[in-house]
Amino acid sequence: MSVADDGWTDAWLAAALVAADPAGLGGVRLRGPADPRREAWLATLATLLPAATVPRRVPHHVTDGRLLGEIDLVATLAAGRPVAARGILAAADGGVVVVAMAERLAPRTAAHLAHALDWHEVCVEREGLTARTAAAIGVVALDEGEGIEEVPPPALLERLALHVEIGALGRSPPPAPLTRADVATARARLAATRIGERQVRELAATAAVLGIGSLRAVVLAARAARVIAALDGRRRVTSPDAAAAARLVLAPRATRLPAPPGESPEPAPSQPPADAPPERAADGSPDPRTASQAPLADVVLEAAIAAIPPGLLALLGSGPLPRTRAPAAGRAGVAQAGGVRGRPAGVRRGAPRGEARLSLIDTLRAAAPWQRLRRGSTAGDQRRIDVRRDDLHVRRFKPRTETTTIFVVDASGSAAMHRLAEAKGAVELLLADCYVRRDRVALISFRGSRAELVLAPTRSLVRAKRCLAGLPGGGGTPLAAALDAAVELAAAVQRRGGTPSVVILSDGRANVGRDGTQGRTRAEQDARAASRRARAARLATLFIDTAQRPQRIAAELAAEMRARYLPLPHADAHALSRAARAVTPA
Amino acid sequence: MRQTYPFSAIVGQDELKRALLATAVDPTIGGVLAFGERGTGKSTAVRALAALLPKMRVVADCRYGCDPEAPGEYCEECAVRHAGTPPKTRLAPVPVVDLPLGATEDRVVGALDLELALTKGVKAFEPGLLARAHRGFLYVDEVNLLEDHLVDLLIDVAASGENLVEREGLSVRHPARFVLIGSGNPEEGELRPQLLDRFGLSVDVRTPADLDTRVEVVRRRDEFERDPAAFTRKWQARDGQVRRQIVAARERLATLVVPDALLRRAAELCLRLGTDGLRGELALMRAARAVASFEGAATVAEPHLRRVAAAALSHRLRRDPLDEAGSTLRVERAVGEVLGP
Repeated sequence: MSVADDGWTDAWLAAALVAADPAGLGGVRLRGPADPRREAWLATLATLLPAATVPRRVPHHVTDGRLLGEIDLVATLAAGRPVAARGILAAADGGVVVVAMAERLAPRTAAHLAHALDWHEVCVEREGLTARTAAAIGVVALDEGEGIEEVPPPALLERLALHVEIGALGRSPPPAPLTRADVATARARLAATRIGERQVRELAATAAVLGIGSLRAVVLAARAARVIAALDGRRRVTSPDAAAAARLVLAPRATRLPAPPGESPEPAPSQPPADAPPERAADGSPDPRTASQAPLADVVLEAAIAAIPPGLLALLGSGPLPRTRAPAAGRAGVAQAGGVRGRPAGVRRGAPRGEARLSLIDTLRAAAPWQRLRRGSTAGDQRRIDVRRDDLHVRRFKPRTETTTIFVVDASGSAAMHRLAEAKGAVELLLADCYVRRDRVALISFRGSRAELVLAPTRSLVRAKRCLAGLPGGGGTPLAAALDAAVELAAAVQRRGGTPSVVILSDGRANVGRDGTQGRTRAEQDARAASRRARAARLATLFIDTAQRPQRIAAELAAEMRARYLPLPHADAHALSRAARAVTPA
Repeated sequence: MRQTYPFSAIVGQDELKRALLATAVDPTIGGVLAFGERGTGKSTAVRALAALLPKMRVVADCRYGCDPEAPGEYCEECAVRHAGTPPKTRLAPVPVVDLPLGATEDRVVGALDLELALTKGVKAFEPGLLARAHRGFLYVDEVNLLEDHLVDLLIDVAASGENLVEREGLSVRHPARFVLIGSGNPEEGELRPQLLDRFGLSVDVRTPADLDTRVEVVRRRDEFERDPAAFTRKWQARDGQVRRQIVAARERLATLVVPDALLRRAAELCLRLGTDGLRGELALMRAARAVASFEGAATVAEPHLRRVAAAALSHRLRRDPLDEAGSTLRVERAVGEVLGP
């Protein structure tokens, strides 16, 4: 990749790859804003795909029925028997679907896409339909998410070989170097194009060094290398092909940078030790030591490293990535409940009213056995189905009652270790029985000069345990920053339709201001201002004063933010989780 | 639509393969739960096993696929039709039924056949997924994301082995004994304890860490994708070998005795771990026997027990969120204490 082309060479190569082998590569994630560059890329993709296939756009809120196939309402009523309508995925067989706002995609929808990507078919088992139809598709996921928390469902990302960072591309795209004819030739040649043991080894080694655990990434990279060779008119994959594949497929998935030669490959101990080596080995990622001892193909590796998106590089430079990127765990829990109408909960008799939606098939089923009798009583059109009010069935949705408890834990000073340990215990206890209640827990810790979201809202005990292992403590008390962070997170939870409640564990003695400077007076003013902001957000808040001798200031801050104040100098995990549960709005 | 990857071509994943083979030898063990990260080939393994299993004999005119050898377990229709006389039979592949996340209740349990009802005015039952999975496998990918009302259905049927349908004026019951196979990533949501308990075995699936294994996985996958038919032919003989081993193990299973001393050890192990109920003990004993049978052992011995202990028990421990050790580790510790290091 030369610097002069502003990244478009790789972007166009990605487009050609998707066009040449949509189903084999799974597709592409286009991350970045909806701007002319994205449009240009999509328009070019359309010109590279076979003329008969038009990229099919799918909104993120697509229903399962439309995606997979469902009963055709109008046709069914007219015909008097079930008539199936083909779903979007089956209709797009052999081509490409474009998923808009992929970062808002429900995990269920992502699971359907993932199934189609894995097996090249869709299975429908719904509303009187049973079908298995071919659906070899590629997915173009338009991802407008911001930050490393807002990402499309990992189940989908995992299966998309390519990643194009729209924001990193130059303003004026150069003309695409390849044409539809080139792509068609490559398609035909692909089956006969081979990748040798050596190149596979290069790719696997690169993946290991970049901390990519999933083998699917390597499989996709190998596939991409074959397509690259085919586009170039060759029957064998060369190391430069593998390097290009590593750049396009592996680099965006990197979770760490390889250690420079001569240095210890251990992650620096200062940064979140939650990711310390034993932990890493336990969750199945390749052990960094074995990886770095492995023989490397430097060309491939360098290509991959050079292509790591700039933002990611900065993150990687500051130590191992907080484990949110690749597995992006916890997100599923968030979006799962993010449907507009809650979770489906079966069907019952009743007329559609308000949010309840008519379930046609169950209504017809209820009406069917009576048709002969009813026809006898009214002389009407024999072909029409006589549906009475009693037959009506509606689909039920369970209204969301999910709450998210946000723990804001003071990790400063000498009592930090004890407080953190108890807060962690409380988080885990809350999660241990949260399945039935579908609650989630998040944890913000604050110390030194800033507050940090240690545990994004999650329902997973597994994840919580990992994120909370060995949190550091000590340093100043930036209470204002912590309160701001809590209010922001609470707002995010509300936007997703959840109910946040906040539990603060602190002695209230702030000594670091919003701008990160030391000083008790300024810090206290800021903390009061932040408290007022929290009050304005009308959050259910509990302030647990953890000071040995409770002081006036904590009670005042609690009053300022209209929080319940609870001095609990010897808080243990059980008492904390009980208190947190009490504040949770019913 | 893709061809299935050959079972014997799967690199590594010994725990998962062992658990799947054990349930193939003895379906009464219960199901298999494969929890792990993405890209570890969980669903590939499940499908591969199903493709490999020998065909089974079914009552020719039965839509639930009743077993002609077991007249006591006939469905309502067979019980009437074939009372006293041996039915005609045919061979059928072992069903592997996918339960997609988006499935609706009526497709899972079965419902009134709409077409027949509307066009002919006949009240007939159209069997659902549970009926199709009878004597085979019911596979739920991302089982931890399954909706609650479907989970409830599964929990009930998986325990009773029978599907009871009471809807739209229908009253139908039919046998539905299947091996429930679930896979998923625990970081995306946890499983309800009751459903967890329905799985006889649970395994953690991980990506292999050493480079050579990883290269081999990718190399074979690439070879398979380039020419699935040729690849399948290449592994046909080995798959056949595994198939014969399963058949032999099934036949041997009934004659294989579990020594009393070993039973006592198993009970001791469960007591020490405080697993709820007897299900854990049963799964442990059956899995040990199935593994022994598969390996052609003359008797079930301690090594067999040792090998399946974590799979049979780790998901049945009462959860103690404040205990830092993982459940697999706790089982291993207890095994060390009871059976010696």
